[in-house]
Amino acid sequence: MSESELPRISRRTTLKWIAGASGSAALPAMDSFAAVPAGTGYGPDPDLIKSYQPGDLWPLTFSDGQRELVRVLCDIIMPEDETSPSASSLGVHDFIDEWISSPYPGQVADRKLILKGLKWLDDEAGKQKSKNFVSLSSTQQLEVCQILAIMAKKDRRKYPGTFFRRMRDLVAGGYYTTPEGMKDIGYRGNVAMPEWNGPPAEVLEKLGLEPEG
Amino acid sequence: MPVISPQEVQQKYDVVVVGSGAGGGQSAYLLAMSGAKVLLLEAGRMFDPVRETAMFHTPNQAPLRAERTPDKQYGFYDSSVDSGWEIPGEPYSNASKEEKRQFAWWRQRMMGGRTNHWGRVSLRNGPYDFETRTRQGIGLDWPFSYDDLAPYYDKAEMMAGIFGASEGIENSPDSSPGVLLPPPKFRAGELLAKQRAAKLGISVVPIHRAVLTKTQDADKLPKKLHPGNPKAQKLLAENMRMRGKCFFATDCHRGCSIGAAFDSTTVFLRPTLKSGNLDILPNAMAREVTVDSEGKATGVTLIDKVDGAEHHVSGKAVVLAASSQETVRLLLNSQSKLFPQGIGNSSGLVGKYLTDSVSSSYSAQIPALENLPLHNEDGTVGQQVYVPWWRAAEQLAGKLDFPGGYKFVLVSGRKMPNLATGRKFDGVSEAEGIPFGRQLKEDARRYYGSFLGIGAQGAMVGNENCYSELDPEVKDQWGIPVLKFHWKFGDDELKQVADQQRSMAAILEAMGGKFSRPADTENPEKAVKQGGRIIHEVGGAIMGADSAKSVTNQWCQVWDVPNLIVADGATFPNTADKNPTLSILAVSWRATERLIDEMKKGNI
Repeated sequence: MSESELPRISRRTTLKWIAGASGSAALPAMDSFAAVPAGTGYGPDPDLIKSYQPGDLWPLTFSDGQRELVRVLCDIIMPEDETSPSASSLGVHDFIDEWISSPYPGQVADRKLILKGLKWLDDEAGKQKSKNFVSLSSTQQLEVCQILAIMAKKDRRKYPGTFFRRMRDLVAGGYYTTPEGMKDIGYRGNVAMPEWNGPPAEVLEKLGLEPEG
Repeated sequence: MPVISPQEVQQKYDVVVVGSGAGGGQSAYLLAMSGAKVLLLEAGRMFDPVRETAMFHTPNQAPLRAERTPDKQYGFYDSSVDSGWEIPGEPYSNASKEEKRQFAWWRQRMMGGRTNHWGRVSLRNGPYDFETRTRQGIGLDWPFSYDDLAPYYDKAEMMAGIFGASEGIENSPDSSPGVLLPPPKFRAGELLAKQRAAKLGISVVPIHRAVLTKTQDADKLPKKLHPGNPKAQKLLAENMRMRGKCFFATDCHRGCSIGAAFDSTTVFLRPTLKSGNLDILPNAMAREVTVDSEGKATGVTLIDKVDGAEHHVSGKAVVLAASSQETVRLLLNSQSKLFPQGIGNSSGLVGKYLTDSVSSSYSAQIPALENLPLHNEDGTVGQQVYVPWWRAAEQLAGKLDFPGGYKFVLVSGRKMPNLATGRKFDGVSEAEGIPFGRQLKEDARRYYGSFLGIGAQGAMVGNENCYSELDPEVKDQWGIPVLKFHWKFGDDELKQVADQQRSMAAILEAMGGKFSRPADTENPEKAVKQGGRIIHEVGGAIMGADSAKSVTNQWCQVWDVPNLIVADGATFPNTADKNPTLSILAVSWRATERLIDEMKKGNI
């Protein structure tokens, strides 16, 4: 959606958000967000068979407000549609909490970026006379995400596009690694079978290929 | 004889084997089946592939969606435990600070060694790979020819269970009739690659992998493998009957609880423990090979990792198969009055001729593969096809600007998604920004499974810049000096990588591929994978025909110490464009058979 296609009122909102995103002076320093989390990793020899839930291995981080905000973002990034459920209905927001609460270096870096981005979303919503991001209309929320998605594409390294990109990666990846997400993306494996016969005839026909031997 | 603690070690064994992976497992199996009393040392813990492997788990059941962490460096469900590039308390060093000049060293500290963690690709070296010096004037010839090793390739393949086809390809040898198991059918993307590559004169053929597509013939094979040894025949037959056929699901890297995929624990150690001739001592970090006043190996000094105590174990012969560089480290650390530079190092060549697969990759999105009717594409989950090197003749005629061949492996189809799946469509989506929302879900359904990745793995001969030595300062947590690596790809390797990139691009273009970045044909330094990252390193105690120019003879006996055998990849004078494991099995078999003969004759 380009800027000119946005409705008038939204366009004004959009311009303000762009201004907010560009004004880095107003941004608090990275380190003011949550020091390194308290827990330890699972070690080099974990139980591989056990099923793990977020919170099993290290304490989670999100406040109620953060959790609600991430739930909303989950469903903007992976909404329910005709064929598959939304990310929040699959608990992806809990996975995000598990991820940013983990003590490993890669996740600690994501923790800083994501907690900072969540605060920024609420602060900017505040400037638009809204209580927080969650209180914006769903149209406004979507528009903000569209702006951030464009920023993320334009410059891989620039905040807050970096925040949205990482959030999108984690939510979409978290979604497609559930059985429901796997079904939606067309993965049909992970089933024990007596034989494997290669692609069915209709696939070969579509590709204009002869079946093997 | 069972899995034991240091207190239960017997006074003296016929043979002490260090390392439980491909080379050590193979050797311990053959020795014990021949009646020798064997003690097998493994630096890691026992690992039971039947009970401990998470085969059908989906990433949402694992911490962090099963992504890689410093604790599980190949992902949560990879069967590697206590293993990795970096292991706390077990450092190694690099002479250079530049990443491209550093060697990354994977250590597998668990029963079965690296056989727990590999793609199971099992290709034979070809005749040319044993004579690079004679044929092309580079590197070193092996002290034997392909024909000398061919019978052992047959044996190793019958033992492990390898699928594949005999296609009569130049320098990618066929197996004897009846040895290979049937290859799986090609996936859709693999069939398309085969059709399109054919137009370029490039063949896409079934790969060979150590996965049972059919149960092994437990009536015939044991008799062929152990003629005149009814006990070994019985134990092998029993074990073959315990191994299930592949059920065409779940990645072999997770381990295989049904024993369809080869690993040393399932194929070698399980039947060998039943022979009554094998003791296994886990958590035993070998520090030094000991010698007597005449320079014969007498055993191994080790650290019990459970309590840090030092122990000595005795054998009439010692087999080193700790993985090529760990074997080098052991040799260099075994210093005595007779061998002040380390045992077996009178040539000064221990640590030299370190090589690895020369590797780069490229991928594209293939519009023809979009929106294919949904179907199960798991197959044997890993690789099923490959492109064998097709220009050996041109190369010999001097028409190429580099000497080493390479092969391609292909990755295609709708695989089990992982955390990176969500960002896979950025390059192809028509969204104005990065895709999300309904657009992303539509992109994912359309494009998932339409990507084709190619990985190149090429040959390398030793060069003077690639070697390992003892670090004069750094020690591990038990006070054992560690290795320091030196690494630099030569011009030959970089030219090869540029050519890999050109050829991969040509195949992908022939498939109508869309690229998200150009191939690195002009910048092979950027494209080449760091040394060690493919985990195919060999060399460091090379075999040869001349004791001044090699560390072992053709039977892998250390020239200076004939009752010390090197049974892992350390003896390989070069890396072929094939994966090393099958050759390790075959060479270990040949060396161990010789050791058994020499022991029977009383020469050892």
